[in-house]
Amino acid sequence: MTLNAIAAATPIEHRGLGRLASAASDILALTGRNLLGYRRVPQLLVFSTIQPVIFVLLFRYVFGGAIRVTGVSYVDFLMPGIFTQTVLFGAMTTAVGLATDLNTGLLERFRSLPMARSAVLAGRTAADLARNVFVVALMAAVGFAVGFRVHTGVPQFAAGLALVLLFGYVFSWVFATVGLWVRDPEAAQAAAFPVIAPLVFASSAFVPVSTMPGWLQVFAEHQPVSVTASAVRALVLGGSATSDVVQALAWSAGILLVFVPLAVWRYQRTA
Amino acid sequence: MNGTAVAVEGLTKRYGEVVALDGVSFSVPAGTILGLLGPNGAGKTTAVRVLTTIIRPDAGHASVLGYDVVRDAASVRYRIGLAGQYAAVDGNLTGRENLRLIGRLTQIPRGRIAARADELLERFELADAADRVVRTYSGGMRRRLDLAAALVHQPPVLFLDEPTTGLDPHGRLELWDILRELVADGTTVLLTTQYLDEADRLAHSIVVVDRGRIIAEGTPSELKARVGSTVIEIELIDEADALRAEPLLAAFGAGCGRDGRTICVKLQDGTHALIDVLRTLDAAQLIPVTLAVREPSLDDAFLTLTGRHAEPVDVPDRETVGTRGGA
Repeated sequence: MTLNAIAAATPIEHRGLGRLASAASDILALTGRNLLGYRRVPQLLVFSTIQPVIFVLLFRYVFGGAIRVTGVSYVDFLMPGIFTQTVLFGAMTTAVGLATDLNTGLLERFRSLPMARSAVLAGRTAADLARNVFVVALMAAVGFAVGFRVHTGVPQFAAGLALVLLFGYVFSWVFATVGLWVRDPEAAQAAAFPVIAPLVFASSAFVPVSTMPGWLQVFAEHQPVSVTASAVRALVLGGSATSDVVQALAWSAGILLVFVPLAVWRYQRTA
Repeated sequence: MNGTAVAVEGLTKRYGEVVALDGVSFSVPAGTILGLLGPNGAGKTTAVRVLTTIIRPDAGHASVLGYDVVRDAASVRYRIGLAGQYAAVDGNLTGRENLRLIGRLTQIPRGRIAARADELLERFELADAADRVVRTYSGGMRRRLDLAAALVHQPPVLFLDEPTTGLDPHGRLELWDILRELVADGTTVLLTTQYLDEADRLAHSIVVVDRGRIIAEGTPSELKARVGSTVIEIELIDEADALRAEPLLAAFGAGCGRDGRTICVKLQDGTHALIDVLRTLDAAQLIPVTLAVREPSLDDAFLTLTGRHAEPVDVPDRETVGTRGGA
């Protein structure tokens, strides 16, 4: 049997897809590959779901009793925050995944292949979005189990979750940039935490910002985690949601506009 | 086979202060193997990365099968295969999944992907491990899979960056066989290596690089004629014998020194002269205590060509990519 029956200078047979079709095919192939990776390393998924479950239990049953929120039960206040926090933490896996591919030389191989340049980043972030769908569904189930209730309706709840997924997708691009920058899986994790911690804790995710000192309130009220959590809250608990949702969408759009080009630029320079 | 598969002219690449490639020119005739020989940091990997369209040169031109690596990068990518210094395969996928993924990304016809993957798994003796996750593979298996991945789309030109580094002797021989087979089928191969004997045995022509410049090139025999061929070291019973043997052995090649009762000679005719050397000694009733035959190493070649040892140059971070261990 011959290994390489095609003699030199013979045109290679390939499917000759159009630019867009071939990019879509590449993105799909890499998304599938990344998802398969998550399935093969279940520890990753377990780790990223156990932590938010612990947060739910901790805040619902340990700290929750000491936290006063007006108008709603604490668990209903908490869950929109948990959803937002969960996808934000989950976005770290984008950084880790890309840094790992960089380290094993896979990105280098991909760059020598006749595939769409955009596929590596698009496939990674798409896989992380799919993973977030699973994680958010799981967190919703956990929420319902500990007493969380939607006060509005299914469409509003779905819209809230969609907002959360968008938020997670947006931050995948932020952490894609981080992963390509630091080039090392462990360092990526270490670099991500200082970004995530203030966003998650100096926010309205777990406590109302009104208890914070004035200078912190300004940040806590307007930063993307709070805005997104508030928008989800407005959607699932009722009341006027438009302003919060618009602000949340504006944050997501703004971050995407900055970080998609930044990640792409970084990817092109990373060889 | 005729024509030029790879043409490189005045290729220059800098990483900050470090000049990784400093006006390198060479060409690889189609259907042959070119060995790019040099120590770590000589610029070998940089050359491969330019030729495989991963990085752009700062100056100069390079083309593969007539396609410019910068302007026609997409056309080049359909025609090349790359196996790097590290087995660049996905540890979380099985061997089969890895090859099928590459099949999809290189856009070979859908219906051919599965068969091509099976074919390669069979040929690289990975069929039994095909459905095992790659992180359970041994180092040698990973390297074989890596090479298989480079061949999925049947590229007419293959770039191999230190393909045998880290392989055991058996693995090396196996890889050499595969490369010879590929070339017999018409594939053009450019491989980098730090081993003179590897370049000698595999390559039709050798380009020696040092600090981004070409310091020698030619066929293996031309190069060996320059750098001296087989070296023998003969230890005699005592120094008196050694002194007596020294002029007799001068007929077989240049001496490379006497150390006490040990004489070193660079044989002109390689190992063919060995029997005559022993006959001559025997006729003079000189009995060797030990006899060592040594092929010249890259270091010997460097010593001859540059007057200094083949020491690795500090490599810029970009060259090694990230923080891979054991680099």
